[in-house]
Amino acid sequence: MSRAAALLSVAAALLFGAPAWGADPLEVRIGYLTRAEEPRIPQTFLEPVSEDEGVQGARLAIADNNTTGRFLNQRFDLVEVTVPEDGRVEDAVRDLAGQGIRLLVADLKEDALLAAAAAPEAGDMLIFNTRAPDDDLRNERCRANLLHVTPSRRMQADALAQYLASRKWMNWLLVVGRTPQDAAYADAIRAAAKRYRAKIVEEKRWTFEDANRRVDTGHVTVQSEILTFTQGTEHDVLVVADEADGFGEYLLYQTWLPRPVVGTHGLVPTAWSRVHEQWGATQIHSRFERQAGRWMRPRDYTAWMAVRAVGEAATRTKSADPAALAAFVRGPDFALPAFKGQGLTFRDWDGQLRQPVLLAGPRVLVSVSPQPGYLHQFSELDTLGDDRPESRCRNR
Amino acid sequence: MSLTGGAARIGALALLGFVIAPSAQADTIFVSNEKSNTVSVVDGGKLQVVATIKVGRRPRGITFNEDMTRIFVCVGDDNRIDVIDVATQKVVDRLPSGPDPELFVLDPQGHRLYVANEDDNMVSVVDIASKKIIGEIQVGVEPEGMGVSPDGKILVNTSETTNMAHFIDTDSHKIIDNVLVDARPRVAQFTGDGRFVWVSSEVGGTVSVIDAASRKLVHKIGFAVQGVPRESIQPVGIQLTSDGQRAFVALGPANRVAEIDARTYEVKRYHLVGQRVWNLALSPDEKRLYTTNGVSNDMSVMDLERGRVVKSISVGGAPWGVIVKP
Repeated sequence: MSRAAALLSVAAALLFGAPAWGADPLEVRIGYLTRAEEPRIPQTFLEPVSEDEGVQGARLAIADNNTTGRFLNQRFDLVEVTVPEDGRVEDAVRDLAGQGIRLLVADLKEDALLAAAAAPEAGDMLIFNTRAPDDDLRNERCRANLLHVTPSRRMQADALAQYLASRKWMNWLLVVGRTPQDAAYADAIRAAAKRYRAKIVEEKRWTFEDANRRVDTGHVTVQSEILTFTQGTEHDVLVVADEADGFGEYLLYQTWLPRPVVGTHGLVPTAWSRVHEQWGATQIHSRFERQAGRWMRPRDYTAWMAVRAVGEAATRTKSADPAALAAFVRGPDFALPAFKGQGLTFRDWDGQLRQPVLLAGPRVLVSVSPQPGYLHQFSELDTLGDDRPESRCRNR
Repeated sequence: MSLTGGAARIGALALLGFVIAPSAQADTIFVSNEKSNTVSVVDGGKLQVVATIKVGRRPRGITFNEDMTRIFVCVGDDNRIDVIDVATQKVVDRLPSGPDPELFVLDPQGHRLYVANEDDNMVSVVDIASKKIIGEIQVGVEPEGMGVSPDGKILVNTSETTNMAHFIDTDSHKIIDNVLVDARPRVAQFTGDGRFVWVSSEVGGTVSVIDAASRKLVHKIGFAVQGVPRESIQPVGIQLTSDGQRAFVALGPANRVAEIDARTYEVKRYHLVGQRVWNLALSPDEKRLYTTNGVSNDMSVMDLERGRVVKSISVGGAPWGVIVKP
């Protein structure tokens, strides 16, 4: 958003009864960086195609921060920047730095995120990764100026594995899509199987061409295709790795054996889902739906958490100095309440936010991991993802 | 234990039991059940559920009117307050509440209810006689706990995501001060003399004691239970004895009630109760403490003279609030 537009939106917010501040409020400015892309087309027709995933969560958190800021004479502004599809994120980082932005929410995929974090101007920034779940970002490719709000693939896989192990569903058929992200998801599933002693009895690659979701009598093909595709070794569950939502939805009820589907479809480990209504989540759903006119998605939720983390730091330190806020967020006194029943903190070894992971069914919440009985000498949340002794992050 | 010692103790207990019985027998306990949309009525003498009252959806906050002839229940999913007639044990009326009411408090004069509207960053002031909302006060994000000073002049509201206790003048409906507390404040409770406000922080895991006149933090009470992870210690319900000596704090999924010396703020002991204990009520003679245990679907009865839990009573699904009538 340009400066003029930003001022306009502040003026509009004031007109519509947003909080009024006293003279010269402390001003905290947070950058929001994303890149233009083709909208994600969900396989299901029940979910809308949305072009504002992520930023709506950040805007809601700005509103929440300002409601609190009204009592402390602090004001929060979001400076939104969308880089064109072929544009350079480094340039956007330079522009934002020029405007004095030192706290940045990055709604970017892995490579763009690393390019942004490596920009010279990003050296003294604190960047919140609200989108990229890649495990190497928390290990070999970790960076000191990154905090990962979104759970890693490994955390998601561990959350799922704990639940399957608690049910003693230990034999898994793994179906992997064609993208590198699907391969990475499968890696995380294999690591979780090893950690929780489950057995991947067979792996299958999904090699069919992705089809348009709207095809007359399309189910006829799906019905015969998947029946034959899923024949093979006896298993308890089918684990699917299809992050792009190309085919996973088709697996449910179409399999050779009557087995549940879990992973990216069916029973899904995730940071957020509309089916979650516990620990006060009802309230954020209704605030979000009023504002955005649609359900809150995981990217909206992680962006909300990142902007709220800054808000929480400003409330506690009573400061608007980005360095002081960043230090507080990284420090031992920080804990973010985020509708998961406990305060969430960052791991000092890789910058990952510790968090319970939801296990969402298509219609209701099934469970929340860590599962009871998975103990840890420091925090049970550290049974999900890379624990300190396993971390391969050396740059922090 | 020697035989004589044991016999003497049993004798003493029997005697105590005999002394307690008449007052406790008269108690009637009312429990709101969030999941089953009912209020359970428990006979304090028999310690049994004697009636179940059907109310609106998602009943949580529950309180008596001034002369205890009526009960008000927040039914959040129906965006209203149900009014139960205590004699007939039926819902006889309803009051407006503003959207999604969770908790409320009756002003000491008995004319108004102050209601926290979780969904709307607002406190609604409901006039009971005219059944009208006569005021709305903008507060922080997700208002929750409500406490009123004994003289009715100051209202304290907590906001769960803003993490503050808002002090509100009940004449002008204006906020006079905001006190920052630990994460996700839930319950606000004035001491009997009106000098202090106790505020529990569910995610922060502490209770803040605030001086009501200066609005300064006087003390922060922390908790530690052997073998219970720190994250599971989630303080919610608070009860203070009228002599100002003792306090009880429900610790949620730690499944414990902390007993605190209210003068030194020292935690004296932890009592094991049912699962995810949210709210508490003292019996009118303050010889018993009743707890609502949201996950185990029961109510624990603590005998405060013997210092232990004497009974668990199954009530409805996800019991939430509890009040007691002599």
